Amino acid sequence: MVEVLDVHKFYGSLHALRGITVRVAPGEVIVLVGASGSGKSTLLRCINHLERVDRGRILVDGHLIGHREERGRLVNLPDRIVAGQRTEIGMVFQSFNLFPHMTAAENVMSGPVHVRRAPRAAARRTAAELLERVGLEDKMQAYPSELSGGQQQRVAIARALAMNPKVMLFDEPTSALDPETIKEVLDVIRQLAHTGVTMLIATHEMGFAREISDRIVFMDQGAIVEEAVPGQFFDHPQSARSKAFVDAILAR
Amino acid sequence: MSWSWSAFLRYLPAGFILHGVWTTVWLTAVSMACGITIGLIAAILYVWGHPVARACYAGYTTLIRGTPLLVQLVFVYSGLPAFGIRLGVAESALLALSVNEGAYVAEIIRAAIEAVHRGQMEAAQALGMTYWKAMRVVLLPQAARTAVPPIGNQVNSMLKSTSLVSVISMEELFRATEEAIQSSFRVLELFAVASIYYLALTGAWTLIQRAIERRLARSVTRRRGGPGDYRTMPPAIESVTPT
Repeated sequence: MVEVLDVHKFYGSLHALRGITVRVAPGEVIVLVGASGSGKSTLLRCINHLERVDRGRILVDGHLIGHREERGRLVNLPDRIVAGQRTEIGMVFQSFNLFPHMTAAENVMSGPVHVRRAPRAAARRTAAELLERVGLEDKMQAYPSELSGGQQQRVAIARALAMNPKVMLFDEPTSALDPETIKEVLDVIRQLAHTGVTMLIATHEMGFAREISDRIVFMDQGAIVEEAVPGQFFDHPQSARSKAFVDAILAR
Repeated sequence: MSWSWSAFLRYLPAGFILHGVWTTVWLTAVSMACGITIGLIAAILYVWGHPVARACYAGYTTLIRGTPLLVQLVFVYSGLPAFGIRLGVAESALLALSVNEGAYVAEIIRAAIEAVHRGQMEAAQALGMTYWKAMRVVLLPQAARTAVPPIGNQVNSMLKSTSLVSVISMEELFRATEEAIQSSFRVLELFAVASIYYLALTGAWTLIQRAIERRLARSVTRRRGGPGDYRTMPPAIESVTPT
């Protein structure tokens, strides 16, 4: 479903991604772990082309993202085409990024109405269903400023789901939340994982990572150090760096 | 000459004064509408980020904001004919005021768009909106809430700046007042009358602006002082006064 092939990304002289290769099967849940600055967010942002890759290629559902290939060279696609590709890829941000001038329902409707040109009534019904699914059926008319962080993040998840994406990307979805609201967001993601949505999740919630992931991808300094099933990764890390990382978590 | 109540009361509802007031009002309204249109387009082109657009923007705002409105007015009315462009008094006044206002409004709107959190554009694009769709649906509505107070301030300023077009002999409130002074020498009474109308116009505008701001704020916040309460947010930029 998602193929990341030898992707490199530079910010000036900083080599943020150093030849990342990951293949994600349909329905698979991948959790990216690693210290801040290890490249997890950058990788997720490259997958929906919020960041341009400098080398390598990313395919979602077989389609090259952000580029087309011409005689072996990559050519940038126009914004309109990239926007169409992004409709297949849902993204949830660390800082929620709800639209503050729209109600929860309007936020969830914004994709279907403004991108898919769905009729408002139908979009509103879908929004109501999705908000019910994330436990916010009573907050349809609330503005983001009237919601807690956990509630905002659940609206953001509903907003991404409204486009019915093939892949969901979660960029540290609970890192900006109060400890008491983290669980409600994790519960929603967990429930989603069981419905067979393909997901890539960057998180520092290790218990959660271990529980829901099919595979852990451990990143350090822009490279993948280890890829393993969660039991293997947490109990028998192979490399010295993943062992140090796991030990540091267990000591916490 | 001592103050004369009878002269004051005679001039207050005089036809030439009311005509001047009306000219000031429509000149302000039309110039402001054109200025906002120019400013909006200029700001969007700047934020879009194409180097040529940015260079044009910088040239436009620097030139207009760096020279007096008075000079711009006289240039349009008396200077452009040298290039074969001959405009009437009203056309010259409208052109100069609109182009001048556009530069100030452009800066206000540019800053307001840039003040919208970067994550808003990313979230909109992640949903599949194109850049221009995201600009229209997500960024501009939020920027509008920031830009309305300083633009309202510009309207207030414009109501008074229109007095400058008297130098190219446009018969607005100030010119009407001055001409009456030259024939009657009732300086105090006539300037008092003009001041009262200017005060009434700016006062009325202040009320209208408050209503607009309340209306915009209502859709975003019911809870006062919340993180999204635009009423308690400081204005993103200081408004600037031409001339």
